[in-house]
Amino acid sequence: MNHLGLILVREYLNKVRNKSFIIMTFMSPLLMVGVIGLVTYLSNLNNDNERHIKVLDQSGYFGHLFEDQDQITFELLDTIDLEQAKAITESAQDYGLLFIPKVKNIADLSRAIYFYSEDSPSIVVMTQIERIVQQQANTLALNQAGIDAQAIGDLYFDVRPQLETFKGQETSKLGSGLKLIFGGAAGYLLFMFIIIYGNMIMRSVIEEKTSRIIEVIISSVRPIELLLGKIFGTTLAGITQFAVWVILVGVLGTVMSQVLGVEMQTGSQVAMEQGAALAQTNDLPAQILMEIFQLPMTNLVVMFFLFFIGGYLLYASLYAAIGAAVDSETDTQQFMIPIIMPLIIAVYVGVFTVIEDPHGTVSQVFSFIPLTSPVVMLMRIPFGVPLWEQIVSVVLLFTTFIGTVWFAAKIYRVGILMYGKKPSYKELLKWLKY
Amino acid sequence: MLEAHSISKSFGSFKALQEVSLMVPKQSVFGLLGPNGAGKTTLIRIINQITMPDSGHVLLDGEPLRPDHIRYIGYLPEERGLYKTMKVGEQVIYLAQLKGLSKSDAKAQLKYWFDRLDIGHWWDKKVQELSKGMAQKIQFVVTVLHRPKLLIFDEPFSGFDPINAQLIREEILNLRDQGATVIFSTHRMESVEEMCDHIALMNKSKKILDGNLMDIKRAYQSNVFRVGIKSADKAGTWKILEEQFGATPVVFKSIHEEVQCKLQLPDGHGPNDLFAQLSKFGEISHFVQEVPTANDIFIQSIHQNEAIL
Repeated sequence: MNHLGLILVREYLNKVRNKSFIIMTFMSPLLMVGVIGLVTYLSNLNNDNERHIKVLDQSGYFGHLFEDQDQITFELLDTIDLEQAKAITESAQDYGLLFIPKVKNIADLSRAIYFYSEDSPSIVVMTQIERIVQQQANTLALNQAGIDAQAIGDLYFDVRPQLETFKGQETSKLGSGLKLIFGGAAGYLLFMFIIIYGNMIMRSVIEEKTSRIIEVIISSVRPIELLLGKIFGTTLAGITQFAVWVILVGVLGTVMSQVLGVEMQTGSQVAMEQGAALAQTNDLPAQILMEIFQLPMTNLVVMFFLFFIGGYLLYASLYAAIGAAVDSETDTQQFMIPIIMPLIIAVYVGVFTVIEDPHGTVSQVFSFIPLTSPVVMLMRIPFGVPLWEQIVSVVLLFTTFIGTVWFAAKIYRVGILMYGKKPSYKELLKWLKY
Repeated sequence: MLEAHSISKSFGSFKALQEVSLMVPKQSVFGLLGPNGAGKTTLIRIINQITMPDSGHVLLDGEPLRPDHIRYIGYLPEERGLYKTMKVGEQVIYLAQLKGLSKSDAKAQLKYWFDRLDIGHWWDKKVQELSKGMAQKIQFVVTVLHRPKLLIFDEPFSGFDPINAQLIREEILNLRDQGATVIFSTHRMESVEEMCDHIALMNKSKKILDGNLMDIKRAYQSNVFRVGIKSADKAGTWKILEEQFGATPVVFKSIHEEVQCKLQLPDGHGPNDLFAQLSKFGEISHFVQEVPTANDIFIQSIHQNEAIL
């Protein structure tokens, strides 16, 4: 009897045709891209206004160093006195006045420089000004002490250890960053998927209870078939939704960046600049590609699917069991904690411990415990985990999954026919014996 | 058709069924009667293979129950409902497919029933748009669509309005005539008594009585007659009746002015003797043997049952 297929198709169609599901599917990416676009647009708007800064340099050492930049223009004032300069700046409604007094000793400068402005000046502007003054002052101070600043610069040491594993695989800090991104993205994706679609499964079980159709269904199919049909049907609907999201975000993102110009890439440019500094090369894209190819890709992809499927099904069956045990969504709270806790622990362990020490005891232990292993192991794998560890973890995960499905089916079989009262954990245990 | 042999089932320390055996003859209407909590629903769930008995077994047409037997059973549970957001036609076909019907078969059957009940225009409506009475008709169609040999109705008429109840009653009898066997479970005995050929009475997880309804009634008949006599001297007649026959007063609806009483048929006499004797007092307008209702039998047998214990 092919009930599973029938149930699966119905669950899938029921989810996909649901109005709020459709709205969610198409509105979420619009909202997401819209918000990002709006933020980008607004910050661009802010950056557009130019800042005029007047500089009164009585020392004569710095004036020539202030060159106009993208959003800041400098104007050197002739040697007038400070009060006049302030008055001019204020009446011209300029951003501010930088005042560098004449000092006998360079060392006295550190506290003698003033910046006058209408409001508190922006940190970005101040940092730039500080950098210019500080650099020049340093050079001057060195010169005064009779040291050649140029020579010091030439002697400056830049330490960048080349990373290589014992097996002779070259890595880099950039590679580590990429691994983190890969692992983190995989773990986070699984986390989101479990929360969103686990809840959806739970609601769909509760719906069958509240509409009282469950006994009609259960007189035709075995509870386990209904349970699995529900989980798989909802999961397929979830994958459909995810696919639409990825495509829509891609398309909308491209359109948005076209409309707003290249500013959308500001964020990634910053990241790349940092990466470039690490990689000490200008040929960054090639470097990234190389690093990606160095990742254990086959291993990563295979394990991603295994852990994703195993982890998701494990939690999904627990969600279904909860749905069967209660009458309404408001009653689910007390049972949610044992589900949410391991998930959150997994993410924390993943984010904090794995980054620090991918193969430490804590990471290792949590990558074996079935409730946390999918997230933690997925984050560890890019850093290279011995195959036996991965296999043991997967086997443990799937064994536990079979156990939870059995457990869920038991709870389900009894729970779906129980109405009216909210069961305690003790009663749930009793149900296992029915 | 259906036999249950010493079925027992406990939930924890609560015994829901103890050694219950049943014989449901083919093409009969079988009433499973008893108060709330007697274990009727548990027994029915066991027949439907929703729950498994702790001990005992069920035979369907002489074979032990198998998973594929569910397609021969149509079950209308007490707790019933439909997917609210699904369209009527789609939903009924889905449920019939779960029972093992092919899609085209289910469609043809559905057309037949929709025409028969004159509800064809509901096909594309969502269940949540239907009234409760309409949804109940759909529920009935779902139960019978796959032409089950055995129909099980748990509290069938609770929530049905009188017109729908009558309609469903006729359809059920019609299906019986076409060869189906019907099991009714209810605690409102009067609602199905007139339809049942056989009954089983359950109380506190045990079966206390079963058999052919007429046989049972005969066994429980007490030879008590309700009599109405049009008499000129009411007081005098009443006195004689009281002394000679031990008559007790009773009131029933009547269009006549009469003496109304309940009489026990004297031992060794037939109803005709009694009639002859009574006719001396005046014209007899009412002479009916009191037949116990299932409810009477039930109350009586529970008392007996508890007296034995």
